[in-house]
Amino acid sequence: MKGQYDMLVIGGSAGSLEVILHMLPRLKPDFNVPMIIVMHRNRTNETRLINLLATRTKLRVKEAEEKETIVSGTIYIAPPDYHLLIEKNHSFSLDDSERIHHSRPSIDVTFESASLAYGTAVVCILLSGANADGAESLRLIKQRGGLTVAQNPQSAEQGYMPQQAINLFPVDLILDKEDIADILNEL
Amino acid sequence: MLNDNELDRFINDLWEMHGYDFTDYSKASLQRRMSRLFLIDKINDFPEFSSRLLNNPGYLQHVVEEITVNVTEMFRDPLFYKALRETVIPIIATHPFIRIWHAGCSTGEEVYSMAIILKEMNLLHKTLLYATDLNPNVLDVLKKGIFPLGHIKLFAENYIASGGEKDFSCYYTAKYDLAKFDQQLRERVVVSTHNLVSDSSFNEFQLILCRNVLIYFESKLQDRVFRLFEQSLDSSGFLALGAKETLRYSNSSGLFKVFNLKERIWRKSR
Repeated sequence: MKGQYDMLVIGGSAGSLEVILHMLPRLKPDFNVPMIIVMHRNRTNETRLINLLATRTKLRVKEAEEKETIVSGTIYIAPPDYHLLIEKNHSFSLDDSERIHHSRPSIDVTFESASLAYGTAVVCILLSGANADGAESLRLIKQRGGLTVAQNPQSAEQGYMPQQAINLFPVDLILDKEDIADILNEL
Repeated sequence: MLNDNELDRFINDLWEMHGYDFTDYSKASLQRRMSRLFLIDKINDFPEFSSRLLNNPGYLQHVVEEITVNVTEMFRDPLFYKALRETVIPIIATHPFIRIWHAGCSTGEEVYSMAIILKEMNLLHKTLLYATDLNPNVLDVLKKGIFPLGHIKLFAENYIASGGEKDFSCYYTAKYDLAKFDQQLRERVVVSTHNLVSDSSFNEFQLILCRNVLIYFESKLQDRVFRLFEQSLDSSGFLALGAKETLRYSNSSGLFKVFNLKERIWRKSR
């Protein structure tokens, strides 16, 4: 499956930060699929989050900006208090409409938009969380031929969110946090 | 979900049959709003939608209202309002008469926020606040000044964080699950429909606020609106954008200079 994927989107809520912090340093240095992280969090700690992630990887970590063109070798963080959308020309749009599953950014919004922009060339991972965000749109990713991954609910800090997806449809891969980087390095 | 052709046809129909130009709106967002509209209105496919739009004269206004985003709150981004209160308004206060334009004001929470600040600074009596939006229905909400009581807790917290020192409850009367804002705050507000896509400059302002409107526009349209704002500001007038909006990548960036980058405030440079 090498070179088959042009976009990786990771969605997480409660308990997902430690998974991302574990995964990032284990990615190979030349990992070149652009990555978007959509995490539920409060409004205040945005630069702290970016700085924290940047300590774990050589890849560029930055907040996604509206109209910015997506490039490889970069990890984009969805800004707080906005939904993050992807245009057909692979640039970002922001949206401050209603919260989805009490969340803005919502994982569903970015997964669905990534599916429209990338079709079969997208990988989406749904991590730990206590909320149903991301499950419905992960199914859409699968229907449109993208690769779907859920964190193993048994070993996740909060298994509810990945379990919602698993209950909805046969997710392609169900992984413990220790195995996520290995799979991504094969993309 | 609409496919790309259907989305194009819809945008084309809106323009040719109804005079609304959404050509240069961001497509990812429009696509999303349309999916949401189909869900809310229980519409199965594009032909069903088209026929409803064609046969039901009242439906167009509803569609335009639903595909544009009308989410707003009072004192959203409190530090922005603190910057206005402490650094921008003292400068424009030197004018004998102040004009402020809230472009794309939606239901008007930001207009009431501004009116509260101006009242507290004893400037409201010599100010006119122009509140415009393309949706007439949201402007009716603004005129009434009635907002859900459930939102007031957030508004009050924002108000305090923005440097407000009064008891926020002195600005509204609660009844059942609604809060009606003091109509004195509205006395200096001029309400009108205005479409940033097609309408022109209509006055000269010391301050224009257009927050979280331009994120829905493609670059070309953003550029048009920046020029419109430049024409509508007096010689050193201020422009305030949303927390994640910037002039930096625009062709019009030379028309303005940064006043406060963190709070997204610019100033006309000529």
